[in-house]
Amino acid sequence: MSVEQTNVTPRGGMTVSDEVAIQITGMNKWYGQFHVLRDIDLTVYQGERIVVCGPSGSGKSTLIRCINALEEHQAGSITVDNTLLSSDLKNIDKIRSEVGMCFQHFNLFPHLTILENCTLAPIWVRKIPKKEAIETAMHYLEKVKIPDQANKYPGQLSGGQQQRVAIARSLCMKPRIMLFDEPTSALDPEMIKEVLDTMIQLAEEGMTMICVTHEMGFARQVANRVIFMADGQIVEQNEPEGFFNNPQSERTQQFLSQILGH
Amino acid sequence: MSDQNIFYVRTEEAPRLPAPPSQQGITGWLWNNIFASMADYSTPSKAISSILMIGMTLFTAYSLVWMTWTMLDFAIFSATFSDPAGGKRETCLANGGACWPFIQAKWYQFMYGFYPKEEIWRVQLSMVMLAIGTLWMVLPMMPARGKVAAIMLFVYPIVVFVLLNGGPVEHGTDDIGRIVAGVWFPLIAAGVCFAAWWLTRDGKMGDVAMALSPAMLMATVVLGAFAVLPLITLGIDLTLGTEIVETNKWGGLTITLVVAIFGIVISLPVGVLLALGRQSNAPIIKYSSVLFIEVVRGIPLISVLFFASAMLPYFLEPGVDFNKLLRAMIGVAMFASAYMAEVIRGGLQAMPKGQYEGGMSLGLSFWQQMRLIILPQALTTVIPGIVNTFIGMFKDTTLVLIISIFDLLGILSATLKDPEWSTPTTAYTGYLVISIIYFIFCFGMSRYSVYMEKKLDRSHR
Ligand SMILES: Nc1ncnc2c1ncn2[C@@H]1O[C@H](COP(=O)(O)OP(=O)(O)OP(=O)(O)O)[C@@H](O)[C@H]1O
Ligand SMILES: [Mg+2]
Repeated sequence: MSVEQTNVTPRGGMTVSDEVAIQITGMNKWYGQFHVLRDIDLTVYQGERIVVCGPSGSGKSTLIRCINALEEHQAGSITVDNTLLSSDLKNIDKIRSEVGMCFQHFNLFPHLTILENCTLAPIWVRKIPKKEAIETAMHYLEKVKIPDQANKYPGQLSGGQQQRVAIARSLCMKPRIMLFDEPTSALDPEMIKEVLDTMIQLAEEGMTMICVTHEMGFARQVANRVIFMADGQIVEQNEPEGFFNNPQSERTQQFLSQILGH
Repeated sequence: MSDQNIFYVRTEEAPRLPAPPSQQGITGWLWNNIFASMADYSTPSKAISSILMIGMTLFTAYSLVWMTWTMLDFAIFSATFSDPAGGKRETCLANGGACWPFIQAKWYQFMYGFYPKEEIWRVQLSMVMLAIGTLWMVLPMMPARGKVAAIMLFVYPIVVFVLLNGGPVEHGTDDIGRIVAGVWFPLIAAGVCFAAWWLTRDGKMGDVAMALSPAMLMATVVLGAFAVLPLITLGIDLTLGTEIVETNKWGGLTITLVVAIFGIVISLPVGVLLALGRQSNAPIIKYSSVLFIEVVRGIPLISVLFFASAMLPYFLEPGVDFNKLLRAMIGVAMFASAYMAEVIRGGLQAMPKGQYEGGMSLGLSFWQQMRLIILPQALTTVIPGIVNTFIGMFKDTTLVLIISIFDLLGILSATLKDPEWSTPTTAYTGYLVISIIYFIFCFGMSRYSVYMEKKLDRSHR
């Protein structure tokens, strides 16, 4: 991988390379007869921070879940890190281990300690020796500022701490891309900040991120691109500045007035 | 409200008083738990309920005392404890209570059936190994419990079979034929499993392997053991020179444990596979699992046992002859597996989708997700159901007596026919003892399950 980077849209010291991380072309998905994702074209460059927003049911979750094959698409192609996502399980495994994902409800494993949650996949998927996996896990737990909780169980932690563990758990797999599906929407207001801070830190380190969120402050601060989806289509995408201050499509304007207006 | 002063500041601590008598000590407890519900006569309906409460309490207390007394009288005060003169039934008839010398005289048979006395060390050794192994697995402070569990699951059954049976399985001219017949199936099964695995490496057909595996696993274990045992026992026979004790001489608690433990060991993994199969998206696997579960659950165990003992030989080639005990064991294990599958399916359904997705998003394969994430949690949630099935099966093993295998209960019925001990109380004594033995095992399992539930519960830690 070439490290020298042509800055496409530098923001706040964060850089974006011209190396493609995710390439989605002509992607379509149906649930039975229901056409959820329609003709999605999206190119994500290495180091980009993309925020996806849109009304409920517009297909945001479905889109990012297609990227790590939690959902399968029926037409078009998705290429992640130069690996074409097909129904071949080999590639699915490869892509899933390169792409980290955080969910709205954390999806930690409640029967394992925080540390075990973080070492499970490195040990079983990456085949890393246990000792080394523990070291890596402690490193990332320190990074999300909860190393002292390592031997507790998820049920003993607050929502914000659990979400940070979930982020650390993904990071332990050393992913090249992180997907977030409304990581803060199940949290109490006072915990949202600690999770967003973690994500901002991650962005500053140059992680490629796609984040479904309604935290517009976060979008303004770290995103270099905001994507607006409605009815299974990408309706508008732009830099945050342009997106928030000068939305072009009527639906975007309507959506923004609803979430920012009240 | 208007002209009231609502301002208030506490200036001195309220005193900490001792709890009222109703909250303390024996009298408090008695009052709260017994007398409080009988003391309210303020309205007619409350008075009626209080009077009813008094009536029920008195009745229950009386019944308890009466039953305890009757039991003590039977088992101790009017009982016959020893028979030094060897009068047998006469000695017991004199007292009219429990006839304990009968138990003493028949204890050997209760434990070992008709197993020859001079070979009994083999059964005893097996039981000691079982006790040590079980305790080792069950006690949390023992080291290497996983390894011991694996030995108990995979090695111990073979060792016990060889020990109890001695020499080659049913020495005979067709030994070679049996070995050959027993070997080809496991080989084919292994081949099919391998082919299934090979075809499913890409995950497309993961379900096919899953559907095949329950049946294959069971058949392979049984037939594989059947083929391998003559070889192993032949080896032991040559070195130890132990005498063969045909399975029809086994009996009593030995048989009960052999059948029950076989059922427990087989039913859990097969139940898991059937439960997973039933949830599968692939129709063939799904419906073959459903078919197996529903058919086995839909017929009485007794008819399965009859089928296994009377009908099975018609379906097999002559020369391939299953041991009757083995057939009964397979019947019981099939039954337990079907019930177990449904219990486990309940646990699988209780798992939130997010747990699968969490595993998938980390790149864990299907079987890793199952083994590391889903099953540990699903099985923990259904421990009560699993143990319930174990207990049910432990007691259902008594049904093997109808195909004249003499388990604990069967041996009792047999010994009760002995005219030398025939008194009106012999049967009561015998059934009391047998009940106590069953109770000890079942209650032990039940307590252990409660302990495990508490230990594994992470929900409110
Ligand atoms: N498993 C499914 N089967 C059928 N329809 C589904 C399924 N999952 C989602 N859908 C439908 O697909 C559409 C898009 O769902 P999706 O979860 O992607 O929306 P979203 O944009 O993430 O919404 P939200 O903001 O509420 O999370 C919705 O109309 C939803 O009802
Ligand atoms: Mg969503």
